[in-house]
Amino acid sequence: MYSFEPSEEQKMLIDAINRFAVNDLRRKAHDADEEAGYPKEVIEKGWELGVLQASIPEAYGGFGEHSVLTGVLAAEEMAYGDFAATLAVLTPALFALPILACGSEEQKQTYLPPIAEGEWQPYTAACIEPFFDFDLLEMRTTAEKKNGGYILRGEKIYVPFANEAEQLIVYASLDGKTQGFIVDRNASGVIIGERQKTMGINALPIYKVTLEDVGVPAERRLGGPEGHDPAPIFDSMHLAMAAMAIGVSRAAFEYSRDYAKEREVFGVKVAQKQAIAFMLAEMATEIEAIRLLTWEAAWMLDNNKEGASKQAYLAHIGAMDMAMMVTDRAVQVLGGHGYIREHPVELWMRNGRGFATLTGLGMI
Amino acid sequence: MIEFEMPKPIAQQSYVLQTVAENMMRPVSRYFDEHEHEIPWDYINFMHMAMRATGAGSLAPPAEKKKEGEETEEKKETEKRPPIGYQMLAFMLEMLSWGDVGIYLCTPGGGLGAAAVEAAGTPEQKQKFLARFREEKPVFAAMAMTEPHCGSDTSAIRTTAVLDKNTNEWVLNGEKIFVTAGQKSLEESNGFVVVWATIDPSAGRAGMRSFVVEAGTPGVKVTKLEHKMGIRASDTASIVLQDARVPFENILGSPEVQPDTSKGFKGAMATFDATRPLVAATGVGVARATVELVKELLAKQGIEIRYGLPRSKLTNIEREIIDMEVMLRSAWLLVIKAVWMADNRKPNPLEASMAKLRAGDVVTKITQRALELMGPIGYSRDTLLEKWFRDAKITDIYEGTGQINRLVVARNILGYTGRELR
Repeated sequence: MYSFEPSEEQKMLIDAINRFAVNDLRRKAHDADEEAGYPKEVIEKGWELGVLQASIPEAYGGFGEHSVLTGVLAAEEMAYGDFAATLAVLTPALFALPILACGSEEQKQTYLPPIAEGEWQPYTAACIEPFFDFDLLEMRTTAEKKNGGYILRGEKIYVPFANEAEQLIVYASLDGKTQGFIVDRNASGVIIGERQKTMGINALPIYKVTLEDVGVPAERRLGGPEGHDPAPIFDSMHLAMAAMAIGVSRAAFEYSRDYAKEREVFGVKVAQKQAIAFMLAEMATEIEAIRLLTWEAAWMLDNNKEGASKQAYLAHIGAMDMAMMVTDRAVQVLGGHGYIREHPVELWMRNGRGFATLTGLGMI
Repeated sequence: MIEFEMPKPIAQQSYVLQTVAENMMRPVSRYFDEHEHEIPWDYINFMHMAMRATGAGSLAPPAEKKKEGEETEEKKETEKRPPIGYQMLAFMLEMLSWGDVGIYLCTPGGGLGAAAVEAAGTPEQKQKFLARFREEKPVFAAMAMTEPHCGSDTSAIRTTAVLDKNTNEWVLNGEKIFVTAGQKSLEESNGFVVVWATIDPSAGRAGMRSFVVEAGTPGVKVTKLEHKMGIRASDTASIVLQDARVPFENILGSPEVQPDTSKGFKGAMATFDATRPLVAATGVGVARATVELVKELLAKQGIEIRYGLPRSKLTNIEREIIDMEVMLRSAWLLVIKAVWMADNRKPNPLEASMAKLRAGDVVTKITQRALELMGPIGYSRDTLLEKWFRDAKITDIYEGTGQINRLVVARNILGYTGRELR
């Protein structure tokens, strides 16, 4: 059966997140971008919505089941408020979800309850590397088997909250296959660099992390000594970016639509000009099309359908183009005003470019 | 609950139709492309027989309603399930167009003409005009809206319908062009054409009505068959109506002109909410055929598409194919959502037009990019790629051009009337 109606439970979650997105994030996004950070209470408030906690089963301290589809709906709605804040609120998911999906029973018992039961804590992951052709499937950071454990070497960037985190997952290539390792930040050889500055997501504190011959015991390999299939992690990363791209694009579309209905030009509203109206029509169509693609991919993952990974990848590819197209046009619709930082559209456009690059910074 | 599970009846239907597409359409695709205006009777007769036997794809009403209390358990069972009629139809059209969209357009069973009766007719009219599709011989129906001087601007229609009070008949005069299956409806079967005409030229849209004009009506003549870029198996007719008389009850909608309303016109536009996603589905079928064949041809040269890589590592061919797959799947999902809404009686003018505009965009883009990618192979008539390129283009034109659908989407998202956004 086909159906395009979220469940009652999902609707309630979306409503709650929407209030947070509109009342808290949207109001504070500008200052958070300028001042390079959100007050802790905003992140804490977002955490209390329980998006991640509801993905973790009771046995591990949470109160739900992991559903990629629910995650997609939640991430879209929060990113409708602000992308950087969504990444910040969900940073612990970068640590918890890989363990939930791929971890050994012991790892789940050890690491999940303190995250699910506690306040927001800076558990994080180091994924992205400083190369133009960074590839989830071919990491340059390596893991080498040695003395029954592993030695990690490499350079990671864009690691959120790395300066505060106690534990982080580090992705590295082990014999050509990407594997996760649970690393103690205080382990010898883990060097947290300076905070990094980027074009957008200024409100998210991100750091360079260098791994100089970091020893990791075998039991800290994600999934245990035998390791894990990395596919579920990649799928979740792709769909997180797709979902958040939809939220940001929706925000940009709605803002520019409303502006166009207010702004006068040659005696009519600017939205009454087909040149503008058609741009808006295409933006709305694009968003709806990619949203459906993303929903389908999420549904396929939840139901173990063949081709789900490919679909998640396609959704992400579609979403990165959609986000750039929509956010660019949102700025264009506002004309000169769109370029001024008093309006949020330029921030959304800067964020819009990020969805092609920031795979690994979000998970759902 | 959000779900993307293909309902079982649709899966079964698709399985059967794929066989039809592969065995009855693809082998004669090129022939009917090169022999314009020849009618693919083998396909038509087969489909008529099959649809009569199964009831698939037919918009005709059920023969007789059983009295209350007589309903079988089985029927009650099916009634509990959500309706999927339009979804069935969209999947059927997509698959047949995957076979050959030109030949698909020759499918008997009423097409847009029957859809108009279905959408705007009274129960008596439905019984009278739609019953013929269940008869022994294949029957066609068509919609005649476009005139030589006007296309999308249907409020400018000049064909007139005047009531002759003595005989209680409507007298129609005018010229219609671009009538899909017009010839098959009027000359090759006991069908009909739904003709758009004004009952009050001074009333603008408020005076616009549609009339069922049956085959054999004196004064109705097919004057021309167009020669087209693609969909050549499908006849595109010009029809002249010269003092053509139809019974009073052949009018769809109210015979009164109500001042300050354009209800009749809006009724006509509502038909599009049902038909636009279906036309989008046909385009998606052509585009899917294209993507599949391109991938097949690439595979023959040892090129497999790698998914999951960053764009910077993809080859140009991989990037193109992946983009095509994104376009294709997302357009198809818009179609499914639009017909799902129609099935569940949710108003869908926005989604119907989104589906149509997106399909028009992507199927032209996909077929055009495919030909570029495949170079001399694509441009040659040795494969069907060049035919699909020609066939695909019509998706962005008929049943409302891409621009008209942008207008509809824009008005919907902005909350504007036709006057506010011209």
